[in-house]
Amino acid sequence: MKRLLTLTVNGRAREDAVPETMLLLDYLRDIAALTGTKKGCDGGECGACTVLIDGEPALACIVLAARCAGKRIETIDAMAEGGRLSALQRAFHEKLGAQCGYCTPGMIMASEALLRRNPKPSAGEIKDAISGNICRCTGYVKIIEAVQSASGAAP
Amino acid sequence: MTALRKSAAGRRLPLVDGVDKVTGRAQYTADLEARGALVGRIFRSRWPHAKILRLDVEAARKLPGVRAVVTGDDATIPYGVLPISQNETPMARGKIRYRGEPIAAVAAIDEATADRALALIKIEVEELPAYFEASESRKAGAVAIHDDKPDNLLRAVHHDFGDVPAGFAAAELVKEKSFRCAEVAHGQIEPHAAVAHWDEESQRLDLKSVTQVPYYVHMALARVLNIEAAQIRIVKPFVGGGFGARVEVLNFEIILGLLARAAKGTVRFNLSREETFLTHRGRPLSELKLKIGMTKDGRITAVQSEVVQRGGAYASYGVVTILYAGSLLHGLYDIPAIKYDGYRVYTNTPPCGAMRGHGGVNARHAFECLMDEMASDLGLDPFAVRRRNLLKTPMQTMNGVIVNSYGLPECLDKVEAASGWKGRKGKLPPGKGLGMSCSHYVSGAAKPIHWTGEPHAALAIRVDFDGGLTVLTGAADIGQGSSTILAQLVAETLDVPMARIRVIANDSALTPKDNGSYSSRVTFMVGNAAIDAARSLRKEFVAAAAKRLDARPEMIEINAGTFNVVGGQGPGLTFPEVVQAALADRGPITVTGTFTVPVEYQGGKHRGGAVGSTMGFSYAAQVVEVDVDPDTGIIRVPKVWVAHDCGFAINPLSVEGQVQGAVWMGLGQALYEETRFDEGLPAHGSFLEYRIATSLDSPDIDVQLVESNDPSGPLGAKEASEGALLGVPPAVANAVYDALGIRVVDTPITPEKIIDAMTKLRREKRLAAAKGGR
Repeated sequence: MKRLLTLTVNGRAREDAVPETMLLLDYLRDIAALTGTKKGCDGGECGACTVLIDGEPALACIVLAARCAGKRIETIDAMAEGGRLSALQRAFHEKLGAQCGYCTPGMIMASEALLRRNPKPSAGEIKDAISGNICRCTGYVKIIEAVQSASGAAP
Repeated sequence: MTALRKSAAGRRLPLVDGVDKVTGRAQYTADLEARGALVGRIFRSRWPHAKILRLDVEAARKLPGVRAVVTGDDATIPYGVLPISQNETPMARGKIRYRGEPIAAVAAIDEATADRALALIKIEVEELPAYFEASESRKAGAVAIHDDKPDNLLRAVHHDFGDVPAGFAAAELVKEKSFRCAEVAHGQIEPHAAVAHWDEESQRLDLKSVTQVPYYVHMALARVLNIEAAQIRIVKPFVGGGFGARVEVLNFEIILGLLARAAKGTVRFNLSREETFLTHRGRPLSELKLKIGMTKDGRITAVQSEVVQRGGAYASYGVVTILYAGSLLHGLYDIPAIKYDGYRVYTNTPPCGAMRGHGGVNARHAFECLMDEMASDLGLDPFAVRRRNLLKTPMQTMNGVIVNSYGLPECLDKVEAASGWKGRKGKLPPGKGLGMSCSHYVSGAAKPIHWTGEPHAALAIRVDFDGGLTVLTGAADIGQGSSTILAQLVAETLDVPMARIRVIANDSALTPKDNGSYSSRVTFMVGNAAIDAARSLRKEFVAAAAKRLDARPEMIEINAGTFNVVGGQGPGLTFPEVVQAALADRGPITVTGTFTVPVEYQGGKHRGGAVGSTMGFSYAAQVVEVDVDPDTGIIRVPKVWVAHDCGFAINPLSVEGQVQGAVWMGLGQALYEETRFDEGLPAHGSFLEYRIATSLDSPDIDVQLVESNDPSGPLGAKEASEGALLGVPPAVANAVYDALGIRVVDTPITPEKIIDAMTKLRREKRLAAAKGGR
């Protein structure tokens, strides 16, 4: 069974016929062709698919697309407004918060949600906010530095 | 090496592909568009060891929407990464050797159809006794997992250097200890994926995959599909981590080639996380017995080591892994006598392979734990014992490896100072402790696996009318930043800004062959080839500029991309003008640079002597601080200090990132990670069961860089991604001892093991007290 899904993705209104069982992750990647959001596990384990739903971080791999009717979805694909990197993107780039880059979209979206509600987080608050996002490359050190840097706090 | 100029090298630069990664534009294999691609699915074994009596795929083949079904009968030529032990087929033939082994595969129009097709495959088997521990499969009378190895032993290694009995006789303290290090997995966040297109008209295969070794994938596909390599094109898109998981062709890559050819079209595999774990190639469970002899002042007199590795069902890199466990006992300390016996054993578990710190990690763990214990017995400081056994370089190890640069003494000094060791060791409150260790690793295996006679590395730079420099390399950037390092070396050598350089990596139709990203070879070997290519290009530019400026070539100097005559008054030539001048003479330019490790660096002449040989070892020293709750056994690591001798940091930011990642991965093995099997059924098939540390469990990691300037490395550089890992698990174990007075050395060091050891310690103390009171 398909249903007509109306929602906003990265500021643009969309209307798509979507199977009721389709996950938001598959909707974003396969129907909206936004492949910035990654799949790293078999469901809810790694955080690579983190997107914002009405400003709150959520795992797109365990949310049904159909449940997002009327909601506002934000993904990594639209974070660079006017082609300029966001503060977080710039910090992840310049501070080497991304090595292989696969967890990076989810990591940046989780951090984006944090900075919106808490513009000057402590290191502990940053660790909390990204604790559902696994990175296998960095040991998190430079990710935490990147988020601190984007927030204007040291380093 | 001439004085280092730091126009591009030595600078903390972001990755050349970093913007793509932070914007989500980076296309990983699963992100690639493949219009109309069929869905590939693999039918896997439910048994750990069985004879296949009947396999019937006809019903699956006839299901509407199924475009191809392949089985072991479609791929009869065995392959394997080591030419000496090729015993794998992409799908089981006649026999199943582990749970999860591919048996057949389908390509269908959609996922539902593919899944229905799998359900229609019928199989009858005769189960065989299965072995999940090396000790079980080595028992007399055990059924052979491979016919050619009736004792289930892939390789036994016996190496004996120096006079071991004399060494032990000269020792004033001899200790022997057993260790068991759990099997671990790479856990790269990108699941395995590949997409392949077979063009029936031209009989050509295009395959894009998550590999670290496009060349090996290329060769294996040609071999198993029995077509010419020229009919195949391999592309490596962005890769979401490797750590060794992808340093050989993997069964799904070959199966996909077979499926695409059978379906005469495009087929895609997106493997699940569980399937990614099943494909495995991780670090084997290792049982080690280590004996060290020492004088009272801490001088090592002899070492005897026995290592048994549970290798899993196929050979993979096994012969190399078991050799590394012995050869990496050499090259770190000055030891007069070393005996090594290694046994690589087949079991009915997914095949192990190479993982970061290949072969050396568990051997180093045992060594550094026992050294710490002996230092403690002798009342010596752990740093003092390491310093007592330093190499005097340049030197050649007993197993034939030349060591020219040796930054270990400086690494020791740096971590000792940074961690405040002298003021804090032994003075921390109960439950808190400091432990230290040392380690090293090769900068590229000096002898290639496939001896073709070609240079060990090659890289090309292409220049055309646009004045851009396009670096063409087969070196696989898997997130470690190799493309960035190569661009920096080219920019440095040619004295041009980084912005003028574009790196195209890994398309076999365009880029020179490269052996791959493993054994930390890329910076060292491909880096040297990059410098060689850039020097050739520099010569061409200088010659063209000299002609245009009417001067002798040796009178031309380059300054930030502008060419001028030394002391010349004119404006000189801009870079685009020089390019135009060079092209006017000979058309578009492509120069190739190469690098080959000289034969004297390719290791000893003994059997297996090539493994562990390198032109330059990296060195590292680690201090780990732990905070252990003696009642729960929970270990927290608030801080790690590491010093790493990378020869020269071409990009200090990137080196720091690599070292931090390596240290953190070592912590995971030390504390959390373990693959577990229930009757051969993996019980770790997700990131919930396979416990990778989160940000909350992860410490601050302070990195000190040591630059020993290796005479053979590119600008003096050596490896930076693996060496720091090996000393971390023992530093954790040694810190736990400092905190609680217990030696828990089997990894992972879980809370349960801490509680057991604490209980035993209390019991022993009570008994001793009772005995004393009587």
